[in-house]
Amino acid sequence: MTEAAQTSPPSEELASVVIRFAGDSGDGVQLTGSQFTTTSALAGNDIATLPDYPAEIRAPAGTLFGVSGYQLQFGSVAVRTPGDQPDALVAFNPAALKTNLARLRRGGLIVVNTDAFNKRNLTKAGYDSNPLEDDSLVGYQLVKVGMTELTRLALADSPLGKKDKDRAKNFFALGLVYFLYSRDLQHTISWISTKFEGKQDVIDANVKALKTGYNYALTTQIFVSTFRISEARITPGRYRNLTGNMATALGFVSAARTAGIDLFLGSYPITPASDILHALSSMRSQGVRTLQAEDEIAAVCAAIGASYAGHLGICSTSGPGLALKGEAIGLALMVELPMVVINVQRGGPSTGLPTKTEQSDLFIAMYGRNGESPLPIVAASSPADCFEAAYEAARISVKWRTPVIFMSDGYLGNGSEPWKIPDSASLPPIDPAFLGADAADGFQPYSRDPETLARPWVKPGTPGLEHRIGGLEKEHLTGNVSYDPANHQRMCELRRDKVNRVRMDMGPLHVSGERTGDVLVIGWGSTRGAIATAVEAAQAEGKRVTHSHQRYIHPLHPDLDDLIRGFDKVLVPEINLGQLVKVLRAEYLVDARGFNKITGQPLNVGEIRKAIDDLLYGDA
Amino acid sequence: MNAPIQLGRKDLMSDQEVRWCPGCGDYAILKSVQGALAGLGVAKENMVVISGIGCAARFPYYMDTYGFHSIHGRAPAFATGAKMANPDLSVWVIGGDGDMMSIGGNHLIHLLRRNVDLTVLLFNNRIYGLTKGQFSPTTGKGVKTKSSPMGSIDEAFNPLSLALGAGATFVGRSVDVWGKHLEAMVSAAHAHKGTSFIEILQNCIIFNKDVHDGTVGRATKAEHSVDVVHGQPVIFGANSDKGIRLNGFTPEVVNVADVDASELLVHDETAGGLGQLLAGFDLPDLPMVTGILRRVERPTYEVAMDAQVAEAQAGGVPSLDDLFAQGDTWTVE
Repeated sequence: MTEAAQTSPPSEELASVVIRFAGDSGDGVQLTGSQFTTTSALAGNDIATLPDYPAEIRAPAGTLFGVSGYQLQFGSVAVRTPGDQPDALVAFNPAALKTNLARLRRGGLIVVNTDAFNKRNLTKAGYDSNPLEDDSLVGYQLVKVGMTELTRLALADSPLGKKDKDRAKNFFALGLVYFLYSRDLQHTISWISTKFEGKQDVIDANVKALKTGYNYALTTQIFVSTFRISEARITPGRYRNLTGNMATALGFVSAARTAGIDLFLGSYPITPASDILHALSSMRSQGVRTLQAEDEIAAVCAAIGASYAGHLGICSTSGPGLALKGEAIGLALMVELPMVVINVQRGGPSTGLPTKTEQSDLFIAMYGRNGESPLPIVAASSPADCFEAAYEAARISVKWRTPVIFMSDGYLGNGSEPWKIPDSASLPPIDPAFLGADAADGFQPYSRDPETLARPWVKPGTPGLEHRIGGLEKEHLTGNVSYDPANHQRMCELRRDKVNRVRMDMGPLHVSGERTGDVLVIGWGSTRGAIATAVEAAQAEGKRVTHSHQRYIHPLHPDLDDLIRGFDKVLVPEINLGQLVKVLRAEYLVDARGFNKITGQPLNVGEIRKAIDDLLYGDA
Repeated sequence: MNAPIQLGRKDLMSDQEVRWCPGCGDYAILKSVQGALAGLGVAKENMVVISGIGCAARFPYYMDTYGFHSIHGRAPAFATGAKMANPDLSVWVIGGDGDMMSIGGNHLIHLLRRNVDLTVLLFNNRIYGLTKGQFSPTTGKGVKTKSSPMGSIDEAFNPLSLALGAGATFVGRSVDVWGKHLEAMVSAAHAHKGTSFIEILQNCIIFNKDVHDGTVGRATKAEHSVDVVHGQPVIFGANSDKGIRLNGFTPEVVNVADVDASELLVHDETAGGLGQLLAGFDLPDLPMVTGILRRVERPTYEVAMDAQVAEAQAGGVPSLDDLFAQGDTWTVE
């Protein structure tokens, strides 16, 4: 390879890069992106990804609405978001170019498959003339490669059919990009060999396409320069790249096993939560039982039934499913059994934008049940953080015998980042503390732990503790049905106070920056990376700005009140029309301001920086 | 092994005052179910009674077992989760025709399809009682109720046909006041491995009084109903003089004396299609069928699930640390 090295274009060191792959759903865009991600992780970079699927499974080829995207940021510095603007766009067809060009950094790199820019595809994408041939891409670095034809030539000797050969072109493209960013091919070659085991022709073709793409870039010098991104300074340890949905599944399995009970998932397929059902269905060896229920209501009811019988019952869903589960969640709250509802939020209302991300279910999580029905709400803030947040949701649910809503969203669920693999022995303890037959003397099903106010968890099958529970109001201590007015007041207050006592276990409040200053930025959920990056930039400019991200949406952290009092202004960026901000205003009587965007996309760092500056220097 | 469990009916009576209307058929059902359950040899701490919402759904409060009064229509789903979590439990699902045929219809058919090993007792009084007298999914067409003052225009469900259509492996019918018959049916349901479904014709004395009297009433039952027994000819009448003969696909009533014994329909709980045929029997041409219409063996859901867990764990249970380290990992020094 010394000869090749001598002919290589100049190589430039970059701190971080944002790249976006885009093409038809059938172009293998998600696969290409995830291969690039893992290869970069193995190269030691910090990473964040954003898969961006169309709603249609296989939309008609070449159409604008069929474009699938995969964006990732990787760097030698801390990477917290998939990036505001791509530095490079790999467009497999005209529609992909058209729908993604506006996102690209001015002057950015565009790699296109010229073979897809035929009259038919241009027309489908709404181009009057070929953008590769007119001046519409002036100001960008355009790299034109006939990927389809080159892949066919490379595979001329392959026994595969033409259609199968053409499917290998995404590996050709990946090879090009690997060369551009000085990546190693080995991981992808091993992956192809495992993935297509037993189909040697397919393995050979894909590996050939990958290498041909790499070598094509090397020998033709289509790129003016190549780039190197050094290893990031990352906490030592063993890592694995993980999507938020997989992290969520692992978090709940870990909680159940730590508690010494089996995990039960009731679930109805729904975008973007289904991957949790898939992940847990493949974990039978961990004692996980999954019920793909007939509907969302059965899923939650079966989870409650499983918890009743002594498993950790959970259910996974998204907004429309959460709406359907409301009555059953209220029952779980009334019978005071552990149960976690995972809500992977998506664009709403109604069916909304199933494949896009949003934070607009905070209100339904808080208030979406009849009666006085408070419950703890725990929010994850990054794909890998889903592990800890899920574990925490389960821990609270078991300790306080209460349903808990775990909030994730489409961006967290599908996005991925490196996860530092924990030592299972270091996980916080969870004790189901089932009551045994020895507690029969004087047993009262609605007696309460004086510290937590939690009631006992009694498994059917325990002799001498037979009792009845249900959705009718319970008499304090006995749990018998009661219509007594004073008892109802007392029970409503007890259920409220119990949930508020979750505060005693919350650990330190997240605060990044000084505890007093001009602007406090309060966030929750998947906006953490963007807010943290924006606030750090403001701090670097000497601005007195602090970030506090909320793991606990209900009850709020006990120290948040004091923190708020230390700032002149409070900014609450959210991917909704202002939900947490209203809760904070009500709770703390603070003139908190929202920064709200609801486009189905994650918030950008740039727009949060601007919102901070507007609040600092504006008339507001 | 411990000594066999001996319970009396009183052992299963809770300390809660029974609050159904005086004369309600539910009292008789409670008595029979308590009697049957006491004789099963099951410890009462292993019995779980799960209900939805409605008059019938108050049932768990009156049983000194584990009990769960859940939400409207969803009892089959709660019961599925509980049985999957602990297959050793003896699980009983109780509900009325509004609860299980209307709001919970979907859960019921999927429970029967999955064949979870538990028993469903449907108290069918063909009316909404707790909400005070609206027509239900089993109310006859044309019946005038508070919500159908000009007569219901809804076609009624036949619960047994529905259950059979959903693939139920045990389907039977009894009557609230037929103590011995009901007890025997409940015991047989318990013995069956799989979901057992029993429709209990129940009298709502306030809103639908004597609705079943035309078929299974004291004066009518001999001529208007037939109790089927596996392997026996389907014979009824005060003098056991009537039988059923199949004329092609059409059943018809014949005088036993007029036909050769080989022409009489003989009940077979396992015969495909016969259950549906019997479930469809109705006046005026045919007697209403009681007893066990269908009973077949099929693997149960919770056992199949546990078998998957056992298979996955055959080589040992992987530690959490093994689970965490699956897939591509890398180490940062």
